[in-house]
This record gives sequence, C-alpha cells and structure tokens, in this order.
Amino acid sequence: MTAGIDLGHPQAQAIQSDEDVVRVRQLVRTVAVAARLSLVDQTKLVTAASELARNTLVYGGGGVAEVTTVDNGRRRGIRIVFADDGPGIVDLDLALTDGYTTGGGLGLGLSGARRLVDEFDIVTGSGQGTRITVIKWSR
Amino acid sequence: MERVPVLKIGDILLVSIQVDMSDQTAVQLQEDLAERIVATGCHGVIIDITALDIVDSFVGRMLSTIASISRVLDAETVVVGMRPAVAITLVELGLSLNGIRTALNVERGMELIAAAQADDYDYSAEDEPDDETTATR
Amino acid sequence: MALSAEENGRLTGLLSEHAERVVQRWTEVATASLRGRLSQAELRRQVQDLHRSMVEAGRGGSFDLESESAGELRAVLAELSRGRARQGFTATETAVSVYGLKDVLLELLESDADTALRDYVAFSSLVDQMGLFTFESFVRTREGLIADQAEQLLELSTPVVKIWEGVVAVPLVGTLDSARAQVVMERLLQTLVDTSSPYAIIDITGVPAVDTQVAQHILKTVVAARLMGADCIISGIRPQIAQTIVALGIEFGDIATKASLADALRHVLRLTGAETARRQPRRES
Repeated sequence: MTAGIDLGHPQAQAIQSDEDVVRVRQLVRTVAVAARLSLVDQTKLVTAASELARNTLVYGGGGVAEVTTVDNGRRRGIRIVFADDGPGIVDLDLALTDGYTTGGGLGLGLSGARRLVDEFDIVTGSGQGTRITVIKWSR
Repeated sequence: MERVPVLKIGDILLVSIQVDMSDQTAVQLQEDLAERIVATGCHGVIIDITALDIVDSFVGRMLSTIASISRVLDAETVVVGMRPAVAITLVELGLSLNGIRTALNVERGMELIAAAQADDYDYSAEDEPDDETTATR
Repeated sequence: MALSAEENGRLTGLLSEHAERVVQRWTEVATASLRGRLSQAELRRQVQDLHRSMVEAGRGGSFDLESESAGELRAVLAELSRGRARQGFTATETAVSVYGLKDVLLELLESDADTALRDYVAFSSLVDQMGLFTFESFVRTREGLIADQAEQLLELSTPVVKIWEGVVAVPLVGTLDSARAQVVMERLLQTLVDTSSPYAIIDITGVPAVDTQVAQHILKTVVAARLMGADCIISGIRPQIAQTIVALGIEFGDIATKASLADALRHVLRLTGAETARRQPRRES
C-alpha cells in the first residue's frame, strides 16, 4: 500500500452506535469534499465507509474510524482506518467473497467496499481484532 | 430517533427520504410503511430518494424488503429519483436491487403505478383469466 | 544554504536602503529578457511585490523559502509563476525575472569590495532557490492546464443529445478507454435526470474496437440507468464487434441491441407509442 504524505492530523470518530455510523458518513463526506474528490468518487468512498463502519459496529463490537487527507506527490486522496478489538475474521478469503455473510446482511460489505476504493488493506486474525485501511485517490 | 414521514396522496403512499437515515430509522420506516399500506388500502408506494447522497447495502436491502412486503399486501412500489452517482456506486458495489421498480422522478413513478393499475383494471374488465387481479377485485 | 544571521541582515539592509534602485534595475533586466511581451508598468509592479515581500521576509528573520517569515514571498513567487504559465511564457522566461536580481545585487556589491564576493555567493544561492521555486510552481500550473484541457477534450468528444421527447442518444466516436467511458457514463446518466428521459440510445457505430473493459463499462452504464428508472438500447454494433463480443464471452443478457440508430429510435417509439395507446403490461410476472 503506497503510504503518501499525511496532510493534517487524522480526524477520529468513535463507532459505538447506529448514529455513529451516520456520523462517520458525514465526516468522510466533509473531508472528501474538501479534498476535491469528484462527485462519483465521493459517493463511492462514503458508501464504502458506511459499509465498513457498520461492519466495525456489528462484527467488531464497536471501534473507531480515522479519516486523513493524504498526498502521494501526484494526487490527493483520503485514507480511512477502521479499527476494532473484536473477535477478528477467521477466514479472510471467505469473508471477502461476494454474498458471504454471518450477520444476516447481503454479504456485500467487505467485498463491495473493496471494489469502491483504490486501495484496501486488512489486518486481522482470530481474537486479534480487525484493522481495515482504505484509500481513495482523486482522479 | 428520527422518523421518515409517510404521506398519503390519493391512492398512493409517498415517502420522501430527506435525512441521512440510521439503520434503525430505516427499519422503522419499513414497519411504518407496512402498517400504513394495510391501514389505508393504498395500491401504490413511491419512495423518493432524490435527497439521498448514498445508498449502501443496508438501505438497498430495506428498499428490496419494502418492495416485497408491499407486493404481498397488493401494493406496487416504485423507487424514484436515484442520483447518477448513487446508481454508479450501487453497480460497483454489486447491488442490483432485483425486483424493485424504478423511475426517474415522482411524476414518472406515478405514471408507472397508474399504468400498472390500469392493467389490472383492463384485465378484469376483459375477463381474461388473471389470477393476480381476480383475487382482489 | 541558508543565510547566516549576519548575511541576512546585510541583504535586508541592502534591499531596503537601495529600494528604488533595486526595483528600477531589476525591472530593466526582467523587461529585456521578456522582449516587451509584458508591459513595463506590470513588470515593475510584480518586481515591487517581490522586493517588498523579500524585505518583509528578511525583517522577519529568514529568507529561507521553507521558513515562516517567507510565507508572503512564497505566495508572490507562486502567483508570478502561475501568471506567466497562463500567459504562455516559457519556464526560462519566468525564472529570469527572478534571476535578474543577481545582476542587480552584483552591481550594488561592487562598491564595497571587502565582503562582496562572499556575500554575493550567499545571496545568489538564495536567488537560485527562489528561481527553482518559481520553476516548480510554473510546471505545476502547466500540468493543471494540460489536465483541464484533457478534460475539456473528453467532454467535447462525448455529446449527449436529446433526439426525441423522452429519448437521449450518445453517439460514441473513437477509442473508448476507461477514463472516457466513465465520463460518458456519468454524463449520460445526468442527462437522463436533467431531461427526465426514460430512454437512452448508446450508438457505437464510431467505435473501432470493443474489448472486455469497454464492454463492461457499457454494461455497467445500462445497469445503472435501469436502477434510475431508464432503459438503454445499444445500436450500431458492427460485425467485427459482434464477433469480439461473442468471442470474449461477454453476456449482453436482456439488453436491447439494434443495428442502427434509426432502428433503435423506431424501437423506442414503438415502446412509448404502445404505452400510451394501450397501457402496456408492466407488472413483472
């Protein structure tokens, strides 16, 4: 995952309730607008953030989202880190398969979110919590 | 918790979602609508999502469920006003909203429902064998 | 390469003491290199700005462009470069306006031979730094201009036209790469909303080749349009393209395809006509 240089400090939003998922969406949108992402890219990023924030709440038992504007020298982008101390994901390949779900959803959260962003990195394991990092670059 | 209002206009229930819904609000709307369809006997439901800047898998599933529930209750659901960016994102997300009928705006949505009801009427008037309509009229 | 406190003081002194002469000579040097393509009055104003922000930076403690006191100087340099880039000057012509200060400083220092050489070397490395900064700003502005033009070109090459009440068409001409396909998709969908048209015809007569990616983009557009409540018809599929589509195993599914734009329009009109004449059954089975 290309790191890029951080522009400014990350803005954090705790994810402990339904309303917090809405707050994550609003925070991501504000930052995406400020970073001049195109309307479609904003929409994709906010949608991905919504899926991942809900996962953090439902499967991770709550956690935190950190939103940072980054610059890789050529383009500006937004990096969002979703971290929780939940049970972690045991079979990552299976979890990233379209349609697979353990929570009664559509099973599009992880796999769908991955398609909506430019970079997607996940660190997890049984009992280790989950840390998902995504980046969307401006076109 | 915020609640999305359900308006009755003639034979149609109109839901215009104006807020960034939490999951709970979405579930509440689903329940409210089912109750209102039965209480009012309306045969059409229009859900206007012009104001929604995203539709994620949760809201997508809610829309599908509302469509299925209303079908069981003999009402036609049309989702109207989806923004281009939202549609593009949904395609990328892999959500096809199967079984949901859509229209560009409220006006087109009302035409669609009127057409569907005219069909029902036509069929029963022409006395064609039509299981779907004979049960209710 | 930062100036020592002592050199800093001397340069600030030099600049403010001989303010009028510095601005005058600097303007002359810069004018000569631009060969009259910029009026002397305008150049003089720019040089005055530069001079003033330099003195400000010097009084603030440091000329170093990275430092806080040079904020105004950075802004003036960036503004100068942006202006030149937009007016079509070359990078050299832009940088010379800054390098002109070297000549002026040399003239000023000759009178005081003692520390002259050491100071001159120190001062000119500062001017070099300023020059490089201008150069970078210049290139960035140019790149921005190129990107804007590329975007304009994209928009020009993908007209979305309303051809009938409720029917829009996109005649695609030329190679369809990912970036362009995306622009087409967004514009088409937006036009559907703006004109409240439930039908779109995508005509690919002018597209020389279709690969998997392009086909995917077209398919996604059709699905997105359906989500919004509009139907797409694809027309103008040439024999070779039909063969590629089949060979690549791309599934067009239930998407309507027609041989020509005219056929597609006829198809749509029949659909809409049927709808008004006899409310066509629309309830899915």
